[in-house]
Amino acid sequence: MVDQATAPPAVTVWQIDLVPADGQRDRIAEELAAEARDIGLAVNLDVSASRGFLLQGDLEQARIEEIAQQLLAEPVVEEFQIASCEQNTSPATGTVYVLPKPGVTDAQAETALAAMRALGFQVAAVRTFRKFQIQNQSPEQLQQLASKLLFNDAIEQVVFGELAIENLITQQPYDFQLQIVSLLDAHDDDLNRISREGGLSLTLVEMQTIQQHFQSLERDPTDIELETIAQTWSEHCSHKTLAGKIEFSDGTQTLHFDNMLKETIFAATQTIRKELADNDWCVSVFKDNAGIVEFDDESCITFKVETHNRPSALEPYGGANTGIGGVIRDTLGTGMGAKPICNTDVFCFAPPETPAEALPPGVLHPRRIMKGVVSGVRDYGNRMGIPTVNGAVYFDDRYAGNPLVFCGNVGLIPNNMAFKEPQPGDLIVTVGGQTGRDGIHGATFSSAELTEHSEVTSGGSVQIGNAITEKMVTDVLLQARDQNLYTAITDCGAGGFSSAVGEMGEELGAVVWLEKAPLKYQGLSYTEIWISEAQERMVVAVPEKHWETFEKLCRDESVEATVIGKFEATGKLKLTFNDQQVGELAMSFLHDGRPQVVRQANWHAQPTSPIAEPVGTVDVNSALLDILSSPNVASKHWIIRQYDHEVLGGSVIKPLVGLYNDGPSDAAVIRPKLKSRRGIAVSCGMNPYFGDFDPYHMAQSSIDEAMRNCVAVGADPNRIAILDNFCWGYTDRPETLGSLVRAALGCHDLAIDLKTPFVSGKDSLNNEFSYTDDAGNRQTISIPSTLLISALGQVPEVDRCVTMDLKQAGNAIYLVGITDPTEMGGSHFNLVTQQTGGDVPKVDSALANAIFGKIHQSINQRWIRSCHDLSEGGLAAAAAEMALAGGLGVVLDLNPTMAHSKHHSRPHEMPPQANMVGQLFAESNTRFLCEIPPQFIAEFEDLFGTQAVRLGSVCDTPNVEIQCGDFQIALSIADIKQAWQKPLDWN
Amino acid sequence: MKPKVLVLRAPGTNCDQETAYAFEVAGADAEFMHINQLIEQPSATQNFQVLCVPGGFSFGDDIGAGRILASKFTSRLKDTIEEFRAAEKLVLGICNGFQVLIKTGFLVPADATGLPVTLTWNHNGKYDCRWVNLKNAGSDCVFLQDTELMYLPIAHAEGRFVVRDAATLSQLNNARQVALKYVNPDGSNGQVPFPHNPNGSDENIAGLCDESGRVLGLMPHPERFIDRTQHPRWTRLPEGASADGLKIFENAVAYFA
Repeated sequence: MVDQATAPPAVTVWQIDLVPADGQRDRIAEELAAEARDIGLAVNLDVSASRGFLLQGDLEQARIEEIAQQLLAEPVVEEFQIASCEQNTSPATGTVYVLPKPGVTDAQAETALAAMRALGFQVAAVRTFRKFQIQNQSPEQLQQLASKLLFNDAIEQVVFGELAIENLITQQPYDFQLQIVSLLDAHDDDLNRISREGGLSLTLVEMQTIQQHFQSLERDPTDIELETIAQTWSEHCSHKTLAGKIEFSDGTQTLHFDNMLKETIFAATQTIRKELADNDWCVSVFKDNAGIVEFDDESCITFKVETHNRPSALEPYGGANTGIGGVIRDTLGTGMGAKPICNTDVFCFAPPETPAEALPPGVLHPRRIMKGVVSGVRDYGNRMGIPTVNGAVYFDDRYAGNPLVFCGNVGLIPNNMAFKEPQPGDLIVTVGGQTGRDGIHGATFSSAELTEHSEVTSGGSVQIGNAITEKMVTDVLLQARDQNLYTAITDCGAGGFSSAVGEMGEELGAVVWLEKAPLKYQGLSYTEIWISEAQERMVVAVPEKHWETFEKLCRDESVEATVIGKFEATGKLKLTFNDQQVGELAMSFLHDGRPQVVRQANWHAQPTSPIAEPVGTVDVNSALLDILSSPNVASKHWIIRQYDHEVLGGSVIKPLVGLYNDGPSDAAVIRPKLKSRRGIAVSCGMNPYFGDFDPYHMAQSSIDEAMRNCVAVGADPNRIAILDNFCWGYTDRPETLGSLVRAALGCHDLAIDLKTPFVSGKDSLNNEFSYTDDAGNRQTISIPSTLLISALGQVPEVDRCVTMDLKQAGNAIYLVGITDPTEMGGSHFNLVTQQTGGDVPKVDSALANAIFGKIHQSINQRWIRSCHDLSEGGLAAAAAEMALAGGLGVVLDLNPTMAHSKHHSRPHEMPPQANMVGQLFAESNTRFLCEIPPQFIAEFEDLFGTQAVRLGSVCDTPNVEIQCGDFQIALSIADIKQAWQKPLDWN
Repeated sequence: MKPKVLVLRAPGTNCDQETAYAFEVAGADAEFMHINQLIEQPSATQNFQVLCVPGGFSFGDDIGAGRILASKFTSRLKDTIEEFRAAEKLVLGICNGFQVLIKTGFLVPADATGLPVTLTWNHNGKYDCRWVNLKNAGSDCVFLQDTELMYLPIAHAEGRFVVRDAATLSQLNNARQVALKYVNPDGSNGQVPFPHNPNGSDENIAGLCDESGRVLGLMPHPERFIDRTQHPRWTRLPEGASADGLKIFENAVAYFA
């Protein structure tokens, strides 16, 4: 006989469907039908959608109704339906459920569960679902719709027909068992196998080094020791390729690098700092989670841009979401913790109009990737309350298998908080999210090449973030910082605790009690706990005397903080699980033991094709409209408007400016301190097409572009800090590595010339996608060599800032800088007219220094009413953009500049048509269009001399008219705006 | 005496600092308090004259915008809020704060079938950040004294104000609770298409007050326009141009003068 008092309560899983109320739109269904049509899956999809919750608990139906009414169903617009999940036995055709896979972050469910419990409902578990009713589709069609539109296998599961779930709790207890890896006597084959099967991404030489180390210790390693080494030595964490030995040859010289990054980019910064001497405004470069520079007497600013490419390829929403979450934690983990103040995001995708059948197998459609990535950034950045103020999007077929997602964040930190040092005896405290199996092997996965099977094998590397957890962590940590409650802080990123504790304790030593880490669910092994990349976790070093205060501060705001170990001056990393030692590694071996290999890097100059007359008839009007419509140039308002770019209240120059708030700003300006008039400017430069010609000049052009964007709005050119993000193909190929080294050399040389220091950077290598084509041949797509330069400028007084929209009819328009009409290589004119020929644009650094300085001086004198940098599409595109933004026309005559082109280009030897095309569309660096009121013309001309040429005036008639030799551009602003806004004017 | 403003923080609140700053610029003293602390010590509200629920994503807006913070109010702080109102003090809910005030029923109480109004997903289904033209709809709202047209930014995904039926609407109109409306750039109302009515709100309603006029909720962010350089076209405007949002905070301060 069962004792009723001790019998387990009857537990039911309830299903609550939330459906649009009568008369309300089914918005999600409408969007799905539109999307199905857009990607060619179904013309008139008959679909209805709802959302819902699964609840497990010993609750009567009446109580479930209360929950649905009080908490879940939106008043007025939603109705709810309740059923016991076991009642759902009849398989309904056309019904599709999508649920987050167990273990994947389900923020809605977590929040709902907490809210229900707070109201006194005894609920044991909650899961969310999305439900679709799709009519008139065969099972095969349903399958296809589901996989293309409804769910992503990396994070979600799909159920066709009704749900029949008896239990939402899928916990499994963990039985401790120490895992020893037999390494001492392993042959090379075995070493390779151990690395491959363990997902360690360690090379044979590295495995041999590890083997020798343990041979000297006369014991085999445990799994956790091997994992720790793999994480620490991963490309993602150690940058072993670029920070390693490289022998570079370009046919004329051979250069030997012991540490390529240190001897190029970092060296440039050191040179600049030495020259600046007492005026050095860099504070911490290339050593913390972000670069730090001085801002004002009290504060510094920090800047970091990360990539999150691999996860975004597999699960765009989650990848971008955790990308932005990760870089915000970099800011929080810089110095003693900086306050995040703005985001910048740059993406590279295949063109959104790519036909599905033209894509390699196993990749998501670029449109879906783009929508997912933008939503991911939006939902995280907006929830964090950090304005996303700057960005760019580039499109190229070669990004089909490897989209790039760059997420950047700027922080503000008191200037006495820029450095940190954990002390022996400090407690190792994890703050924020709990640990689950999320993202295991993210660090090693991100260093490997993608294939069409990546979606299947690397699902564990893909995660969804929970921004509110991170926001709560931010709120308490900034308070704890100001109360001096900890001595050091870093983020848990790739490699999880393994990297965070390993880095913090590098000079000291640490012991970690792994069983103490709070878990999302039971069943994790000690190694999984150690390397999990679960999101929203920070690690801080808290002196024992402050622990109580620190813990209370966290508890008061419902943030979980747990002691998981202690820093101690042993020089060793000791890992235990319930008092049993599971790993012990010397910090010195971990951080300095990695074997050095010399990598070969070759670069050969590409044969140039001299400028020649354009093929066929040139229609400059349609060329200009095509450039404005090309997705790289076209308006990004669909993205920009989804981001909160004004939160924190410091917005000065917004991403969209002008008479109708719809013109493309060169850079964003914000005031980090509301009581101060001092601002920061954020901009970027990137020219993947130039890299196909010469990565050296691509790098320099990107620096110039980032600088001129910043200078154009009013930033001081002597106070711009820049970041590098290299995204390259397979760098074990000497030619690919060679092109990267060549780009790094370009960075080094121009940074020194402009006295513009790099303060941080990051690289992402091996961005290649391999698949087998229909004919059975193995194919590889390598991304174009992509270098993002991000610039962080400073504006002494924001009230002097300038925007790019034309302001007043009658004002004069000047071209500042010098057009070289031969610089058509990689230009957008060539792209849209399928022309070839011309050189890649170069930077004349002396001229650049002079022009940037004079532009800044003119802006400070308030001589300039509008200023726009010349980039994709050259002068013609810039003039068109200024006109559409200002709602005013321009009449320009380029004939004066034809006689005034760059000295070495010998314009008289130029083919005449090519010369005219070049004047209009060449993408020569360091050029601006400036609008000058009549009363300042004399001063402006005096200052610039021959570096500025008057081209014409702003006019009341709504047309853009540009005369250039025989060519004439004559277009209405309405047509220009239409061409520019339409391509990406998505719903 | 400067009035004291309690700027409430909850997990996910993110406009607290600039809102407090706006109150300070207007002449008030602002203090932050976390919802956990307020629940523990509701009597703390006695020291304040204004309660402000600022913008953000309280509890992630994971279930519905403002829903969970609203449930904390109704389950734990109902009496406190009623006392605060009865003392003729001011309550301001901005964006997420407006969503919270709506979902507590403090602005429009629930009847037998539930709440007769809500703020829900924008008509285009997306988060939207843009500037809008607003008009004082003629209520006696304390915060909107001496205002007519205003230009302020919105930044929300769930800002579409929906009424259950025509009766609810006429009740709101009769009680002069409709405080702010989206209007066309020329100030006209009636037909106000997207993007001027940015979310498809019924009757272009952007803000609502209670019958006393001392409790206001609005979707636009007045704290984001208290300095001329926050205006999206400030580089085109004369230097002395005023900042529309500041007036709302100044009115709150003036009420206690």
